[in-house]
Amino acid sequence: MKRSKLVLSYVLLILIGCAALYPALWTLLSSFRVGNSLFSDTFIPQHWTLDHYRDLFRDRADRSIPYATWYWNTLKVATISMILGTLIQLLTAYAFSRFRFKGRKTMLTVVLILGMFPGFLAITALFVIFNMLNLLDTQWALIIVYSAGAALGMFVAKGFFDTIPRSLEEAAVIDGASHMKIFTSIILPLSRPIVTYISLTTFAGAWVDFIFARMILRTPEKWTLAVGLWNIIDAYNSTEFTLFAAGCVLVAIPITILFMYTQRFLVDGLTAGASKG
Amino acid sequence: MALRKERACLKRHAMSAAWLSVLFAGLGQFYNKQHKKAAMLLLTHAAGIYIVAAQLFPYLEGLMTLGDKGRHFEKKGKISVMVEGDHSIFMMIHGVLAALVVLVFLLIYILNIRDAYRVGLRIQQGKEIHGLKNDVFPWLLLALPFLGVLFFTVMPIIFTSLIAFTNYASPNHIPPKNLVDWVGFATFHKLFNLNVWSNTFFGVLTWTIIWAILATVTCYFGGILVALLVNQKGIKFKGFWRMLFIIPYAIPQFVSLLIMKNMLNEKFGPINAYFRAFGLEGLPWLNDPFWAKFSVVVVNMWIGIPVSMVLVMGILTNISKDLYEAADVDGASAWMKFRNITMPYILFATAPLLITQFTGNINNFNVIFLLTGGNPATMDYNNAGRTDLLVTWLYKLTLDFNQYNIAAAVSILIFLFIATMAILVYTRTKSFKEEDMIQ
Repeated sequence: MKRSKLVLSYVLLILIGCAALYPALWTLLSSFRVGNSLFSDTFIPQHWTLDHYRDLFRDRADRSIPYATWYWNTLKVATISMILGTLIQLLTAYAFSRFRFKGRKTMLTVVLILGMFPGFLAITALFVIFNMLNLLDTQWALIIVYSAGAALGMFVAKGFFDTIPRSLEEAAVIDGASHMKIFTSIILPLSRPIVTYISLTTFAGAWVDFIFARMILRTPEKWTLAVGLWNIIDAYNSTEFTLFAAGCVLVAIPITILFMYTQRFLVDGLTAGASKG
Repeated sequence: MALRKERACLKRHAMSAAWLSVLFAGLGQFYNKQHKKAAMLLLTHAAGIYIVAAQLFPYLEGLMTLGDKGRHFEKKGKISVMVEGDHSIFMMIHGVLAALVVLVFLLIYILNIRDAYRVGLRIQQGKEIHGLKNDVFPWLLLALPFLGVLFFTVMPIIFTSLIAFTNYASPNHIPPKNLVDWVGFATFHKLFNLNVWSNTFFGVLTWTIIWAILATVTCYFGGILVALLVNQKGIKFKGFWRMLFIIPYAIPQFVSLLIMKNMLNEKFGPINAYFRAFGLEGLPWLNDPFWAKFSVVVVNMWIGIPVSMVLVMGILTNISKDLYEAADVDGASAWMKFRNITMPYILFATAPLLITQFTGNINNFNVIFLLTGGNPATMDYNNAGRTDLLVTWLYKLTLDFNQYNIAAAVSILIFLFIATMAILVYTRTKSFKEEDMIQ
């Protein structure tokens, strides 16, 4: 009785495992398959090739898929957004965690409420505003969108700063250290885990965003990977599938590695989001 | 009697200080003998009057009228020349910025009155008076974040609410060619009552709610089941299974969704290829209204279950062993332990999450837009398809059809709904903290 239950559980686990793995595996195998079609007779390719990966970085006259440019754009936008966003978030969290100033409580509530407002609901207004400012189709607009609201996600970082004992700073104040000095030489070194966490999530967020990227970027040379890959499927109607698969593999690899690295923060981050306040 | 007189006397100084400040900011502070503060406030008030009257007034007026002449031709001598008229949307943006400046001045003015009154009271009571505090460092830290949030979160919200009350939409009201006008609640009226729009709106709304409920429930209970399955006694390599099941979450969403879109391709996709291998017909996964809805829910499970699973696993490790040991002593069966300890604990700890996931699913743009693009299309709806959610619809309305006023009105309605839910979460989490059942 007990044994059969265990066997059943293992069967279920294996089935779920297959379902979880199948799309990724199928894409990986497709990217090595000869030919360009979506359809294949076998799950494992009969003839293997690296051509599609080479193709991604080669200009061809019959199509416009500047993959290398997209990769570079995405890297650029994500890195700059990461630096700005992390800086903004750390500054905000530090100010709210360490200082008691007038209006602090009110501002905390405002941050909490605004943080619940899903950013892209204002997409109509952002579209109109960027259009007016002639910022549509520039990557700076995208960077602004990704980093300007970073302050609103500061609760995880604030929680972290709250746990650093105040006695450290008090000692430094007695030694005559300035505010800036305390922040850079006491607080920052102690908060390496949270800085890593914030920068990686901001980076990944910018790397995978589709909504704002498609709204802002118009010309193919300025696209990020998300818009570019979407367009391959949309415009070529799956006729370049193996190429698309190779592109997907190269996009997913860095993010998946980052994710595996930040995995241990995952539960903390999710639960902190659920019970902030 | 004497006491009341004394109290009235006490208040007299504070009241005169406050009234003096009402007259002109800073006068009350002068009366309170805080000269530095008084001078600063006097200057601010003077500057405020000058700026509002001389600089901002035309902009505020523009916000009211939104311009009175679009691009038009004017006779100059014998030929007529095209003249750039008023650009309503620029006028609106400038007007909002001007109104924000006015609000800041008003805020300073009100704070100045309050300050005069309070300091006056303290003087009468013979208490110590604090001067201007000089700790500006936190404000320096907050300056950049504050500007960012003000211009790219608050401004767009204000702006969205304004657009919803105009007729800013293609084809007849797109500046600079034409003007945009205030129309009051006409946009909402259209959305609710005019058949062209209301059919689409209520149709999309109904599917949005059904979708949010289905997506949340499937992912939530799916996650709990998978977590319990892995956490059973006797299952080996728990870490491995956990790692394996987390893979869908690790892959960027847009990548896995685009892949899924290809897998479900009716003609060439592998799923239908397997169906055919078994001699079956294959299904129109993304092209038939019912199957498209089915597909998005299932694909969403594939993406969403890992998240719930990770959370539930975290919660399971937190359940104190004592509870189970106590149950063992009482001779409880495995089922009874599950029913009376594990399940209530999980439900209790994840309840707020259920609400956040629900609101998240209402706005689950990626799954719908990348998988079906809102299709299959239908003649019944105006610029929307059968699987469109309100958010994907408003995205299309903005980017593809330039129906800004309708899109803005839809945003506002979604926001009102989300805000209600958010308040619910907020109060629930607060009550959770005071709760002492768990610990």
